[in-house]
Amino acid sequence: MESENDTAMSLAEIASDPRYRELVRRRARFGWILTGAMLVVFFGFILVIAFRKDLLARPIGEATTTWGIPVGLGVILVGIALTGLYVLRANRDFDPMVEAIRKDAAQ
Amino acid sequence: MRGRLGAAALALACCLPLPALADALTGQTQQQATNWPAILMFGVFVLATLGITRWAARKTRTTADFYTAGGGITGFQNGLAIAGDYMSAASFLGISAQIFADGYDGLIYSTGFLVGWPIILFLLAERLRNLGRYTFADVASFRFAQTPVRLFAASSTLAVVLFYLIAQMVGAGQLIKLLFGLPYSYAVVIVGVLMTLYVLFGGMIATTWVQIIKAVLLLGCATLMAFAVLASFGLSPDALFARAVEVKTALASEAGADPATAAAKGRSIMGPGNFIKDPVSAISFGMALMFGTAGLPHILMRFFTVPDARAARKSVLWATGWIGYFYILTFIIGFGAIVMVATEPAFLDPATGALRGGGNMAALHLADAVGGDLFLGFVCAVAFATILAVVAGLTLAGASAVSHDLYASVLRKGQASSEDELRVSRRTVLVLAVVAILLGVLFENQNVAFMVSLAFALAASGNFPVLLLSVLWKGCTTRGIVWGGSIGLTLALVLTVLSPAVWVSVLGHSEAIFPFTSPTLFSMPLAFFTIWIVSRLNRSGRAAVDRSGYLAQRVRSETGIGAATASTH
Repeated sequence: MESENDTAMSLAEIASDPRYRELVRRRARFGWILTGAMLVVFFGFILVIAFRKDLLARPIGEATTTWGIPVGLGVILVGIALTGLYVLRANRDFDPMVEAIRKDAAQ
Repeated sequence: MRGRLGAAALALACCLPLPALADALTGQTQQQATNWPAILMFGVFVLATLGITRWAARKTRTTADFYTAGGGITGFQNGLAIAGDYMSAASFLGISAQIFADGYDGLIYSTGFLVGWPIILFLLAERLRNLGRYTFADVASFRFAQTPVRLFAASSTLAVVLFYLIAQMVGAGQLIKLLFGLPYSYAVVIVGVLMTLYVLFGGMIATTWVQIIKAVLLLGCATLMAFAVLASFGLSPDALFARAVEVKTALASEAGADPATAAAKGRSIMGPGNFIKDPVSAISFGMALMFGTAGLPHILMRFFTVPDARAARKSVLWATGWIGYFYILTFIIGFGAIVMVATEPAFLDPATGALRGGGNMAALHLADAVGGDLFLGFVCAVAFATILAVVAGLTLAGASAVSHDLYASVLRKGQASSEDELRVSRRTVLVLAVVAILLGVLFENQNVAFMVSLAFALAASGNFPVLLLSVLWKGCTTRGIVWGGSIGLTLALVLTVLSPAVWVSVLGHSEAIFPFTSPTLFSMPLAFFTIWIVSRLNRSGRAAVDRSGYLAQRVRSETGIGAATASTH
């Protein structure tokens, strides 16, 4: 089931392939940026709860709904949106790069 | 209402992911009248899932089938299964009950539970799929000495699984008294036996499909309930909130509060309340929820059931979407319960004015209010099915840690045949089922409320740092992993014992030695630091092997070249 040695390029060759290096660099950067964004949004929310509860308890205009509702639901939606963004970019940019490397490596 | 909650809060709420589940987890529930429609509908669910197990049993021949459904689950299916693992009865009943009691605070949990998923996707999901075959230990031990790393990973898996399992078993026992009106021990045995049948015969294929069916049913139920609630307010959430504030204000007045206090109490459900007491607990607890998700063995295992990294990625997107949608529904359901349940004498205990059957009944009474007896029966059946499915997933994760990591990798040094490994795995399932039933009975009257948050803290402090650094840091060594992971786990365990939820609530001391809600702010960084410092100082020959293995691991984790593929039958 595992195919360890049927590649034409050695691991070292793949690792030094400029396309591989570009893939790893770009994907790692993108992953960490999104991770940072999620951490800032979530722990920002937690810190507001810890220190300034009143901001979230403030009603929006004349409504009963407070700012806390869109903010809290917003954290959930941002999580889903960032996930979607990653998948979109991975499908569009990273997959073709991986495919190209795999194709050459297998020949 | 506040008085009851206040007393409970001191004892439990401060350290439990789902304070509202406290009622069900502390044995404060009373047995209800036998609920035949619920039992009937649960019977239908059981028959259907046993049929699936029969079908799955015919397809389960190899270890790959048993552990990972042969890698043949699609991204969409796996997304639903992951969501199913995550949408436990605790999420559904517990979070809606907490919103029913305190309003906004329940939403804080929901966000914490959700935000771990994007992190898993950005840093781990695809690499996990490319490196692992059956268990997360495959990934953590990829380039390291097998025996020590697998020993660590198997122990931490068993620890997380056992604590999670006890909480689920006790929860099942308490809930069946509420939902079905049957004795506690029935529930524990029913869950134990059915779960054994699913896992033993149907392996991961059956476990996954049971989880998918349950996820669809639960999402369907919650959607209907939330829609019914909103529809009665002309689809205006603001009208729903306004009415909920009125109801809470009126309840506070009735309880004897002066008008100003009553109004403040009513409005308090629209903003954060006392859920988070101090900033340290807030951050620490947030970390446990966020990073613990990325270290739960039964969740990580699901990434090996899909054919490739692309499907792994897709399954996280689906899972995150479904889970987020579910939490938004729960929020509406909780507010709906304030409006439709708290004002309806039929759902309240005439003596105390509290909910009949305990705090967790909010969502179930709401089902009764919007859909009558049959719908209530249906929702009860789904809630019980939920526990069953989660327990099956946990047992499979525990069994694979024993058979794949301990038996096949450590004891037999990777020389065990597929048949031998499968046999050990199935025996372990039986042992775990017996252990789970015994523990369920043993802990019947114990306060096990801290166990779910402990499982998250252990996962965040042991498994998560180990996985992240072994995958992403070249300098990581066997010794660093074993020391760092073990110290993180141990500290999380010790600090939890010393925290209010165990030291005060369970052991009965007057003051906690460790004053915070969650240990993760301390134990997780310590684990990272220990892995780093021990690896840096490690000059052994093994350390050189560990570091030189990084290149091959990295290429495979990034490109999937050499990764395990789906089995072809």
